[in-house]
Amino acid sequence: MSEAQGQRTIRCLIAKVGLDGHDRGAHVIARAFRDAGFEVIYSGLHKSPDEIVTAAVQEDVDVVGISILSGAHNTLVPKIVDGLEEYDAFEDTLLIIGGIIPEDDRPGLLEMGVAEIFGPGASMDETIEFVRENAPERD
Amino acid sequence: MAESDTDDAEAAEHADRTLVEELLDGKHRALARVISKIENRSPGYRDLVSALHAHTGGADVIGVTGSPGAGKSTLVDKLAKRYRDQGLTVGVIAIDPSSPFTGGSVLGDRIRMASNTADMDVFFRSMSARGHLGGISTATADAVTALDAFGKDRIIVETVGAGQNEIDIVKTADTVAVLVPPGSGDDVQMLKAGILEIADVFVVNKADMDGADRTVQELREMVHGRGDLAGGHHPGDGLDVALSDRTGESDDDGWEPPIVETVAKTGDGVEELLETLAGHSDWLDDSGRRQQQARTRYAEEIRTLLREDAAKLVAEEVERRGGLESFAEAVLARETDPYTVADDVIRPIEDCVERRE
Repeated sequence: MSEAQGQRTIRCLIAKVGLDGHDRGAHVIARAFRDAGFEVIYSGLHKSPDEIVTAAVQEDVDVVGISILSGAHNTLVPKIVDGLEEYDAFEDTLLIIGGIIPEDDRPGLLEMGVAEIFGPGASMDETIEFVRENAPERD
Repeated sequence: MAESDTDDAEAAEHADRTLVEELLDGKHRALARVISKIENRSPGYRDLVSALHAHTGGADVIGVTGSPGAGKSTLVDKLAKRYRDQGLTVGVIAIDPSSPFTGGSVLGDRIRMASNTADMDVFFRSMSARGHLGGISTATADAVTALDAFGKDRIIVETVGAGQNEIDIVKTADTVAVLVPPGSGDDVQMLKAGILEIADVFVVNKADMDGADRTVQELREMVHGRGDLAGGHHPGDGLDVALSDRTGESDDDGWEPPIVETVAKTGDGVEELLETLAGHSDWLDDSGRRQQQARTRYAEEIRTLLREDAAKLVAEEVERRGGLESFAEAVLARETDPYTVADDVIRPIEDCVERRE
Protein backbone atom coordinates (compact mmCIF):
# COMPACT_ATOMS: atom_id res chain seq x y z
CA MET A 1 0.00 0.00 0.00
CA SER A 2 2.81 2.35 0.86
CA GLU A 3 4.39 1.83 -2.55
CA ALA A 4 1.17 2.88 -4.24
CA GLN A 5 1.06 6.11 -2.30
CA GLY A 6 4.62 7.05 -3.07
CA GLN A 7 4.34 6.39 -6.74
CA ARG A 8 2.98 9.18 -8.86
CA THR A 9 2.31 8.84 -12.53
CA ILE A 10 3.19 11.84 -14.65
CA ARG A 11 0.22 12.93 -16.72
CA CYS A 12 0.76 14.74 -20.00
CA LEU A 13 -1.50 16.38 -22.51
CA ILE A 14 -0.14 16.22 -26.03
CA ALA A 15 -1.97 18.91 -27.93
CA LYS A 16 -2.29 19.87 -31.56
CA VAL A 17 -3.48 23.42 -31.82
CA GLY A 18 -4.83 25.44 -34.72
CA LEU A 19 -4.90 24.75 -38.41
CA ASP A 20 -2.08 22.28 -38.54
CA GLY A 21 -2.73 18.78 -39.76
CA HIS A 22 0.69 17.31 -39.19
CA ASP A 23 0.46 15.01 -36.24
CA ARG A 24 3.17 12.45 -36.88
CA GLY A 25 5.43 14.15 -34.37
CA ALA A 26 2.67 14.32 -31.78
CA HIS A 27 1.99 10.61 -32.22
CA VAL A 28 5.64 9.69 -31.88
CA ILE A 29 5.95 11.74 -28.71
CA ALA A 30 2.73 10.30 -27.30
CA ARG A 31 4.01 6.78 -27.77
CA ALA A 32 7.44 7.55 -26.39
CA PHE A 33 5.89 9.16 -23.31
CA ARG A 34 3.63 6.18 -22.84
CA ASP A 35 6.59 3.82 -23.06
CA ALA A 36 8.36 5.99 -20.49
CA GLY A 37 5.50 5.21 -18.11
CA PHE A 38 3.60 8.48 -18.45
CA GLU A 39 -0.12 8.77 -18.85
CA VAL A 40 -0.73 10.55 -22.10
CA ILE A 41 -3.88 12.29 -23.15
CA TYR A 42 -3.88 13.13 -26.83
CA SER A 43 -6.05 16.02 -27.89
CA GLY A 44 -6.61 15.11 -31.50
CA LEU A 45 -6.12 17.51 -34.40
CA HIS A 46 -7.18 21.12 -34.95
CA LYS A 47 -7.92 22.09 -31.37
CA SER A 48 -8.57 25.65 -30.33
CA PRO A 49 -6.61 27.15 -27.44
CA ASP A 50 -9.80 27.01 -25.36
CA GLU A 51 -10.13 23.30 -25.96
CA ILE A 52 -6.52 22.75 -24.92
CA VAL A 53 -7.10 24.73 -21.74
CA THR A 54 -10.28 22.80 -20.91
CA ALA A 55 -8.47 19.51 -21.39
CA ALA A 56 -5.44 20.58 -19.35
CA VAL A 57 -7.58 21.78 -16.43
CA GLN A 58 -10.02 18.86 -16.34
CA GLU A 59 -7.37 16.20 -16.76
CA ASP A 60 -5.16 17.93 -14.19
CA VAL A 61 -2.08 17.18 -16.24
CA ASP A 62 1.42 17.90 -15.01
CA VAL A 63 2.67 18.64 -18.49
CA VAL A 64 1.16 20.30 -21.54
CA GLY A 65 3.12 19.55 -24.69
CA ILE A 66 2.01 21.67 -27.60
CA SER A 67 2.95 20.53 -31.06
CA ILE A 68 3.03 23.37 -33.55
CA LEU A 69 4.28 23.27 -37.09
CA SER A 70 2.07 25.94 -38.56
CA GLY A 71 3.98 29.04 -37.53
CA ALA A 72 1.06 30.44 -35.56
CA HIS A 73 2.74 29.95 -32.20
CA ASN A 74 2.93 33.66 -31.41
CA THR A 75 -0.86 33.95 -31.47
CA LEU A 76 -1.87 30.55 -30.13
CA VAL A 77 0.55 30.00 -27.25
CA PRO A 78 -0.31 33.24 -25.41
CA LYS A 79 -3.99 32.28 -25.56
CA ILE A 80 -3.23 28.95 -23.94
CA VAL A 81 -1.11 30.63 -21.26
CA ASP A 82 -3.90 33.13 -20.53
CA GLY A 83 -6.49 30.38 -20.37
CA LEU A 84 -4.44 28.32 -17.94
CA GLU A 85 -3.95 31.39 -15.78
CA GLU A 86 -7.67 32.05 -15.78
CA TYR A 87 -8.25 28.64 -14.19
CA ASP A 88 -5.31 28.88 -11.78
CA ALA A 89 -3.64 26.10 -13.68
CA PHE A 90 -0.62 27.89 -15.09
CA GLU A 91 1.65 27.98 -12.06
CA ASP A 92 2.09 24.27 -11.60
CA THR A 93 1.84 23.04 -15.17
CA LEU A 94 4.96 22.41 -17.19
CA LEU A 95 4.43 23.92 -20.62
CA ILE A 96 6.64 22.67 -23.44
CA ILE A 97 6.55 23.15 -27.19
CA GLY A 98 7.60 20.80 -29.93
CA GLY A 99 7.85 21.83 -33.52
CA ILE A 100 9.40 24.41 -35.73
CA ILE A 101 9.93 27.68 -33.93
CA PRO A 102 12.19 30.31 -35.52
CA GLU A 103 15.16 31.31 -33.40
CA ASP A 104 13.87 34.88 -33.09
CA ASP A 105 10.58 33.77 -31.54
CA ARG A 106 12.09 31.59 -28.86
CA PRO A 107 12.95 34.20 -26.25
CA GLY A 108 9.43 35.62 -26.35
CA LEU A 109 7.83 32.23 -25.78
CA LEU A 110 10.22 31.33 -22.97
CA GLU A 111 9.54 34.74 -21.46
CA MET A 112 5.80 34.12 -21.29
CA GLY A 113 6.28 30.87 -19.39
CA VAL A 114 7.11 28.12 -21.86
CA ALA A 115 9.65 25.92 -20.08
CA GLU A 116 11.42 24.52 -23.12
CA ILE A 117 11.18 24.28 -26.89
CA PHE A 118 12.12 21.08 -28.66
CA GLY A 119 12.87 21.63 -32.31
CA PRO A 120 13.81 19.23 -35.07
CA GLY A 121 16.66 17.01 -33.97
CA ALA A 122 15.80 17.03 -30.29
CA SER A 123 16.23 13.51 -28.98
CA MET A 124 13.36 11.63 -27.41
CA ASP A 125 15.44 10.67 -24.37
CA GLU A 126 16.34 14.26 -23.81
CA THR A 127 12.68 15.29 -23.91
CA ILE A 128 11.58 12.53 -21.54
CA GLU A 129 14.41 13.35 -19.15
CA PHE A 130 13.44 17.02 -19.20
CA VAL A 131 9.85 16.16 -18.31
CA ARG A 132 10.91 13.82 -15.50
CA GLU A 133 13.15 16.46 -14.00
CA ASN A 134 10.84 19.41 -14.39
CA ALA A 135 7.38 18.00 -13.84
CA PRO A 136 5.93 20.13 -11.04
CA GLU A 137 6.16 18.81 -7.51
CA ARG A 138 2.78 17.94 -6.16
CA ASP A 139 1.64 15.90 -3.26
CA MET B 1 11.60 17.96 13.90
CA ALA B 2 8.46 16.55 15.41
CA GLU B 3 7.07 20.04 15.58
CA SER B 4 7.67 20.76 11.93
CA ASP B 5 5.99 17.46 11.10
CA THR B 6 2.90 18.58 12.93
CA ASP B 7 3.09 21.90 11.14
CA ASP B 8 3.32 20.12 7.81
CA ALA B 9 0.38 17.94 8.66
CA GLU B 10 -1.64 20.95 9.73
CA ALA B 11 -0.74 22.81 6.57
CA ALA B 12 -1.75 19.82 4.46
CA GLU B 13 -5.01 19.52 6.31
CA HIS B 14 -5.68 23.19 5.80
CA ALA B 15 -4.89 22.89 2.09
CA ASP B 16 -7.31 19.97 1.79
CA ARG B 17 -10.04 21.90 3.57
CA THR B 18 -9.55 24.75 1.13
CA LEU B 19 -9.69 22.28 -1.72
CA VAL B 20 -13.04 20.93 -0.52
CA GLU B 21 -14.43 24.43 -0.16
CA GLU B 22 -13.26 25.40 -3.62
CA LEU B 23 -14.72 22.26 -5.14
CA LEU B 24 -18.10 22.85 -3.50
CA ASP B 25 -17.81 26.42 -4.71
CA GLY B 26 -17.62 25.22 -8.29
CA LYS B 27 -13.94 25.67 -9.03
CA HIS B 28 -12.94 23.30 -11.82
CA ARG B 29 -9.30 23.24 -10.90
CA ALA B 30 -10.17 22.03 -7.40
CA LEU B 31 -12.39 19.27 -8.76
CA ALA B 32 -9.61 18.15 -11.10
CA ARG B 33 -7.09 18.17 -8.28
CA VAL B 34 -9.34 16.18 -5.95
CA ILE B 35 -9.77 13.51 -8.61
CA SER B 36 -5.99 13.37 -9.02
CA LYS B 37 -5.57 12.85 -5.30
CA ILE B 38 -8.16 10.09 -5.45
CA GLU B 39 -6.34 8.45 -8.35
CA ASN B 40 -2.94 8.74 -6.72
CA ARG B 41 -4.28 7.86 -3.29
CA SER B 42 -2.38 10.82 -2.00
CA PRO B 43 -2.15 11.20 1.74
CA GLY B 44 -5.40 12.66 3.00
CA TYR B 45 -7.52 11.59 0.04
CA ARG B 46 -9.78 9.60 2.31
CA ASP B 47 -10.64 12.65 4.38
CA LEU B 48 -11.37 14.52 1.16
CA VAL B 49 -13.85 11.91 -0.03
CA SER B 50 -15.38 11.76 3.46
CA ALA B 51 -15.88 15.49 3.50
CA LEU B 52 -17.51 15.45 0.08
CA HIS B 53 -19.85 12.59 0.79
CA ALA B 54 -22.43 14.67 2.62
CA HIS B 55 -22.87 16.76 -0.51
CA THR B 56 -23.69 13.90 -2.86
CA GLY B 57 -26.87 12.28 -4.00
CA GLY B 58 -27.96 14.79 -6.61
CA ALA B 59 -26.55 13.15 -9.70
CA ASP B 60 -27.91 10.49 -11.97
CA VAL B 61 -25.04 8.12 -12.76
CA ILE B 62 -25.01 6.30 -16.09
CA GLY B 63 -22.57 3.54 -16.94
CA VAL B 64 -21.68 2.91 -20.57
CA THR B 65 -19.79 -0.22 -21.45
CA GLY B 66 -19.16 -2.45 -24.45
CA SER B 67 -16.44 -4.07 -26.49
CA PRO B 68 -13.62 -1.99 -28.01
CA GLY B 69 -14.80 -0.21 -31.12
CA ALA B 70 -18.47 -0.40 -30.19
CA GLY B 71 -18.64 3.38 -30.34
CA LYS B 72 -18.84 4.17 -26.66
CA SER B 73 -16.93 7.44 -26.69
CA THR B 74 -18.80 8.82 -29.68
CA LEU B 75 -22.12 7.95 -28.09
CA VAL B 76 -21.10 9.45 -24.76
CA ASP B 77 -20.17 12.62 -26.59
CA LYS B 78 -23.63 12.82 -28.16
CA LEU B 79 -25.36 12.07 -24.85
CA ALA B 80 -23.37 14.76 -23.10
CA LYS B 81 -24.29 17.24 -25.82
CA ARG B 82 -28.02 16.50 -25.47
CA TYR B 83 -27.85 16.83 -21.71
CA ARG B 84 -26.14 20.18 -22.12
CA ASP B 85 -28.85 21.27 -24.55
CA GLN B 86 -31.34 20.48 -21.80
CA GLY B 87 -29.41 22.79 -19.51
CA LEU B 88 -27.90 20.02 -17.41
CA THR B 89 -24.27 19.83 -16.35
CA VAL B 90 -22.33 16.69 -17.11
CA GLY B 91 -19.36 14.80 -15.75
CA VAL B 92 -17.68 12.03 -17.70
CA ILE B 93 -15.16 9.50 -16.44
CA ALA B 94 -13.56 7.47 -19.21
CA ILE B 95 -11.47 4.53 -18.16
CA ASP B 96 -8.78 3.17 -20.46
CA PRO B 97 -6.48 0.22 -19.96
CA SER B 98 -2.86 0.92 -19.15
CA SER B 99 0.18 -1.00 -20.24
CA PRO B 100 1.05 -3.72 -17.77
CA PHE B 101 4.69 -3.34 -18.78
CA THR B 102 5.48 0.32 -18.31
CA GLY B 103 2.38 1.51 -16.47
CA GLY B 104 2.10 4.15 -19.17
CA SER B 105 -0.92 4.66 -21.33
CA VAL B 106 -2.42 6.75 -24.07
CA LEU B 107 -5.86 7.84 -23.01
CA GLY B 108 -7.62 8.47 -26.28
CA ASP B 109 -11.31 8.78 -25.46
CA ARG B 110 -11.10 12.52 -25.27
CA ILE B 111 -10.56 12.76 -29.01
CA ARG B 112 -14.09 11.52 -29.61
CA MET B 113 -15.60 14.19 -27.42
CA ALA B 114 -15.76 16.48 -30.41
CA SER B 115 -19.01 18.23 -29.52
CA ASN B 116 -18.03 19.39 -26.07
CA THR B 117 -14.31 19.92 -25.92
CA ALA B 118 -14.32 23.61 -25.12
CA ASP B 119 -17.29 23.35 -22.76
CA MET B 120 -16.03 23.49 -19.19
CA ASP B 121 -19.44 22.31 -17.96
CA VAL B 122 -18.85 18.93 -19.50
CA PHE B 123 -16.16 17.82 -17.11
CA PHE B 124 -14.39 15.04 -18.94
CA ARG B 125 -11.78 13.07 -17.09
CA SER B 126 -9.67 10.21 -18.43
CA MET B 127 -8.56 7.60 -15.94
CA SER B 128 -6.20 4.76 -16.60
CA ALA B 129 -6.81 1.39 -15.07
CA ARG B 130 -3.33 1.53 -13.57
CA GLY B 131 -2.49 -0.86 -10.79
CA HIS B 132 -4.97 0.55 -8.33
CA LEU B 133 -4.77 -1.47 -5.20
CA GLY B 134 -8.35 -1.27 -4.17
CA GLY B 135 -9.13 -1.81 -7.78
CA ILE B 136 -10.09 0.85 -10.23
CA SER B 137 -13.67 0.49 -9.07
CA THR B 138 -12.92 2.19 -5.74
CA ALA B 139 -11.18 5.06 -7.49
CA THR B 140 -14.09 5.37 -9.91
CA ALA B 141 -16.65 5.42 -7.13
CA ASP B 142 -14.67 8.12 -5.33
CA ALA B 143 -14.33 10.18 -8.50
CA VAL B 144 -18.09 9.92 -8.99
CA THR B 145 -18.49 11.18 -5.42
CA ALA B 146 -16.36 14.21 -6.29
CA LEU B 147 -18.34 15.01 -9.45
CA ASP B 148 -21.62 14.52 -7.60
CA ALA B 149 -20.55 16.83 -4.78
CA PHE B 150 -19.45 19.37 -7.37
CA GLY B 151 -23.07 19.44 -8.47
CA LYS B 152 -23.06 17.60 -11.78
CA ASP B 153 -26.57 16.60 -12.84
CA ARG B 154 -25.51 13.64 -14.96
CA ILE B 155 -22.37 11.56 -14.56
CA ILE B 156 -21.37 9.12 -17.26
CA VAL B 157 -18.86 6.38 -16.52
CA GLU B 158 -17.42 4.86 -19.67
CA THR B 159 -15.35 1.69 -19.76
CA VAL B 160 -14.43 -1.19 -22.00
CA GLY B 161 -16.53 -4.16 -21.04
CA ALA B 162 -14.11 -7.01 -20.76
CA GLY B 163 -14.14 -8.57 -17.35
CA GLN B 164 -14.91 -8.48 -13.68
CA ASN B 165 -13.12 -5.19 -13.15
CA GLU B 166 -15.33 -3.45 -15.65
CA ILE B 167 -18.44 -4.97 -14.16
CA ASP B 168 -17.39 -3.61 -10.78
CA ILE B 169 -16.85 -0.22 -12.34
CA VAL B 170 -20.25 0.08 -13.91
CA LYS B 171 -21.84 -1.01 -10.66
CA THR B 172 -21.16 2.52 -9.48
CA ALA B 173 -23.88 3.56 -11.93
CA ASP B 174 -27.62 3.80 -11.38
CA THR B 175 -28.31 2.85 -14.97
CA VAL B 176 -26.06 0.72 -17.14
CA ALA B 177 -26.11 0.84 -20.94
CA VAL B 178 -24.32 -1.99 -22.71
CA LEU B 179 -23.27 -1.29 -26.29
CA VAL B 180 -23.28 -4.06 -28.83
CA PRO B 181 -21.89 -3.52 -32.32
CA PRO B 182 -23.86 -5.27 -35.03
CA GLY B 183 -22.94 -8.25 -37.05
CA SER B 184 -20.79 -10.18 -34.68
CA GLY B 185 -22.07 -13.28 -33.00
CA ASP B 186 -19.00 -13.17 -30.82
CA ASP B 187 -20.18 -10.06 -29.10
CA VAL B 188 -23.43 -11.64 -28.15
CA GLN B 189 -21.42 -14.56 -26.86
CA MET B 190 -19.37 -12.15 -24.78
CA LEU B 191 -22.54 -10.82 -23.25
CA LYS B 192 -23.37 -14.23 -21.95
CA ALA B 193 -20.10 -14.24 -20.10
CA GLY B 194 -21.17 -11.70 -17.58
CA ILE B 195 -22.14 -8.41 -19.18
CA LEU B 196 -25.70 -9.44 -19.85
CA GLU B 197 -26.62 -9.36 -16.19
CA ILE B 198 -25.61 -5.79 -15.64
CA ALA B 199 -27.44 -4.22 -18.58
CA ASP B 200 -30.42 -2.02 -17.89
CA VAL B 201 -30.47 -0.93 -21.51
CA PHE B 202 -28.93 -2.52 -24.58
CA VAL B 203 -27.71 -0.24 -27.32
CA VAL B 204 -27.07 -1.62 -30.77
CA ASN B 205 -24.83 1.14 -32.02
CA LYS B 206 -23.77 1.53 -35.64
CA ALA B 207 -27.28 0.36 -36.44
CA ASP B 208 -26.86 1.41 -40.06
CA MET B 209 -24.40 -1.41 -40.58
CA ASP B 210 -25.17 -4.82 -42.00
CA GLY B 211 -26.25 -7.32 -39.45
CA ALA B 212 -27.83 -4.83 -37.06
CA ASP B 213 -31.25 -6.43 -37.37
CA ARG B 214 -29.87 -9.83 -36.56
CA THR B 215 -28.01 -8.52 -33.53
CA VAL B 216 -31.19 -6.89 -32.26
CA GLN B 217 -33.01 -10.15 -32.81
CA GLU B 218 -30.37 -12.15 -30.97
CA LEU B 219 -30.41 -9.73 -28.09
CA ARG B 220 -34.16 -9.84 -27.90
CA GLU B 221 -34.07 -13.60 -27.64
CA MET B 222 -31.46 -13.41 -24.95
CA VAL B 223 -33.33 -10.81 -22.93
CA HIS B 224 -36.45 -12.93 -23.05
CA GLY B 225 -34.42 -15.94 -22.04
CA ARG B 226 -33.13 -14.24 -18.93
CA GLY B 227 -36.10 -15.08 -16.79
CA ASP B 228 -35.54 -18.74 -17.54
CA LEU B 229 -31.91 -18.47 -16.62
CA ALA B 230 -32.77 -16.88 -13.33
CA GLY B 231 -35.21 -19.67 -12.78
CA GLY B 232 -32.30 -21.99 -12.49
CA HIS B 233 -32.30 -23.85 -15.76
CA HIS B 234 -28.55 -23.68 -15.78
CA PRO B 235 -27.53 -24.49 -12.29
CA GLY B 236 -23.89 -24.09 -11.53
CA ASP B 237 -22.94 -22.07 -14.57
CA GLY B 238 -22.22 -19.06 -12.44
CA LEU B 239 -24.98 -16.97 -13.94
CA ASP B 240 -27.43 -17.63 -11.17
CA VAL B 241 -25.40 -15.86 -8.58
CA ALA B 242 -24.87 -12.80 -10.70
CA LEU B 243 -28.47 -12.75 -11.82
CA SER B 244 -29.83 -12.74 -8.34
CA ASP B 245 -27.78 -9.61 -7.78
CA ARG B 246 -29.54 -7.34 -10.21
CA THR B 247 -31.52 -8.83 -12.99
CA GLY B 248 -33.20 -11.58 -11.08
CA GLU B 249 -34.76 -8.94 -8.91
CA SER B 250 -35.64 -6.58 -11.71
CA ASP B 251 -37.48 -9.34 -13.49
CA ASP B 252 -39.78 -9.53 -10.51
CA ASP B 253 -41.06 -6.01 -10.77
CA GLY B 254 -40.90 -5.62 -14.46
CA TRP B 255 -37.84 -3.93 -15.81
CA GLU B 256 -36.91 -5.68 -18.99
CA PRO B 257 -33.89 -4.11 -20.63
CA PRO B 258 -35.04 -2.35 -23.78
CA ILE B 259 -32.96 -2.58 -26.93
CA VAL B 260 -32.26 0.75 -28.56
CA GLU B 261 -30.71 1.21 -31.98
CA THR B 262 -28.42 4.16 -32.49
CA VAL B 263 -25.96 5.60 -34.95
CA ALA B 264 -23.80 7.64 -32.64
CA LYS B 265 -21.92 9.33 -35.46
CA THR B 266 -25.01 10.94 -36.94
CA GLY B 267 -26.95 11.14 -33.69
CA ASP B 268 -29.74 8.87 -34.91
CA GLY B 269 -31.53 7.16 -32.06
CA VAL B 270 -29.79 9.21 -29.38
CA GLU B 271 -33.02 10.95 -28.49
CA GLU B 272 -34.73 7.61 -27.99
CA LEU B 273 -31.82 6.40 -25.89
CA LEU B 274 -32.11 9.50 -23.71
CA GLU B 275 -35.80 8.78 -23.17
CA THR B 276 -35.04 5.18 -22.34
CA LEU B 277 -32.39 6.18 -19.83
CA ALA B 278 -34.80 8.68 -18.28
CA GLY B 279 -37.43 5.95 -18.20
CA HIS B 280 -35.13 3.68 -16.26
CA SER B 281 -34.29 6.49 -13.90
CA ASP B 282 -38.00 7.06 -13.23
CA TRP B 283 -38.50 3.35 -12.69
CA LEU B 284 -35.65 3.35 -10.17
CA ASP B 285 -37.43 6.04 -8.20
CA ASP B 286 -40.94 4.60 -8.50
CA SER B 287 -39.93 1.09 -7.53
CA GLY B 288 -37.69 2.16 -4.69
CA ARG B 289 -34.92 0.40 -6.53
CA ARG B 290 -32.59 3.38 -6.51
CA GLN B 291 -32.25 3.30 -2.76
CA GLN B 292 -31.88 -0.42 -2.74
CA GLN B 293 -29.10 -0.25 -5.31
CA ALA B 294 -27.39 2.50 -3.39
CA ARG B 295 -27.59 0.48 -0.21
CA THR B 296 -25.96 -2.51 -1.93
CA ARG B 297 -23.33 -0.23 -3.40
CA TYR B 298 -22.42 1.36 -0.10
CA ALA B 299 -22.27 -2.02 1.61
CA GLU B 300 -19.90 -3.19 -1.10
CA GLU B 301 -17.78 -0.05 -0.74
CA ILE B 302 -17.52 -0.48 2.99
CA ARG B 303 -16.61 -4.12 2.56
CA THR B 304 -13.85 -3.26 0.09
CA LEU B 305 -12.43 -0.56 2.34
CA LEU B 306 -12.45 -2.82 5.37
CA ARG B 307 -10.74 -5.56 3.44
CA GLU B 308 -8.04 -3.15 2.29
CA ASP B 309 -7.57 -1.58 5.68
CA ALA B 310 -7.39 -4.92 7.44
CA ALA B 311 -4.92 -6.21 4.86
CA LYS B 312 -2.78 -3.14 5.45
CA LEU B 313 -2.87 -3.69 9.19
CA VAL B 314 -1.75 -7.27 8.72
CA ALA B 315 0.97 -6.28 6.25
CA GLU B 316 2.40 -3.90 8.83
CA GLU B 317 2.37 -6.56 11.49
CA VAL B 318 4.13 -8.97 9.13
CA GLU B 319 6.75 -6.31 8.44
CA ARG B 320 7.32 -5.80 12.16
CA ARG B 321 7.97 -9.51 12.54
CA GLY B 322 10.63 -9.62 9.89
CA GLY B 323 8.67 -9.79 6.69
CA LEU B 324 6.91 -12.40 4.65
CA GLU B 325 10.18 -13.72 3.24
CA SER B 326 11.42 -14.85 6.61
CA PHE B 327 8.15 -16.64 7.32
CA ALA B 328 8.36 -18.38 3.96
CA GLU B 329 11.92 -19.37 4.74
CA ALA B 330 10.85 -20.87 8.07
CA VAL B 331 8.12 -22.87 6.37
CA LEU B 332 10.57 -24.06 3.77
CA ALA B 333 12.87 -25.25 6.56
CA ARG B 334 9.91 -27.18 8.00
CA GLU B 335 10.12 -25.17 11.20
CA THR B 336 6.51 -24.10 10.91
CA ASP B 337 3.64 -24.14 8.46
CA PRO B 338 1.51 -21.51 6.72
CA TYR B 339 -1.49 -21.99 9.00
CA THR B 340 0.53 -21.57 12.16
CA VAL B 341 2.14 -18.44 10.76
CA ALA B 342 -1.24 -16.97 9.85
CA ASP B 343 -2.60 -17.79 13.31
CA ASP B 344 0.41 -16.19 14.99
CA VAL B 345 0.13 -13.00 13.00
CA ILE B 346 -3.61 -12.67 13.42
CA ARG B 347 -3.73 -13.52 17.12
CA PRO B 348 -2.80 -10.11 18.56
CA ILE B 349 -5.33 -8.44 16.26
CA GLU B 350 -7.92 -11.00 17.27
CA ASP B 351 -7.15 -10.47 20.95
CA CYS B 352 -7.54 -6.76 20.51
CA VAL B 353 -10.94 -7.06 18.89
CA GLU B 354 -12.19 -9.60 21.41
CA ARG B 355 -10.98 -7.62 24.40
CA ARG B 356 -13.13 -4.72 23.29
CA GLU B 357 -16.32 -6.72 23.26
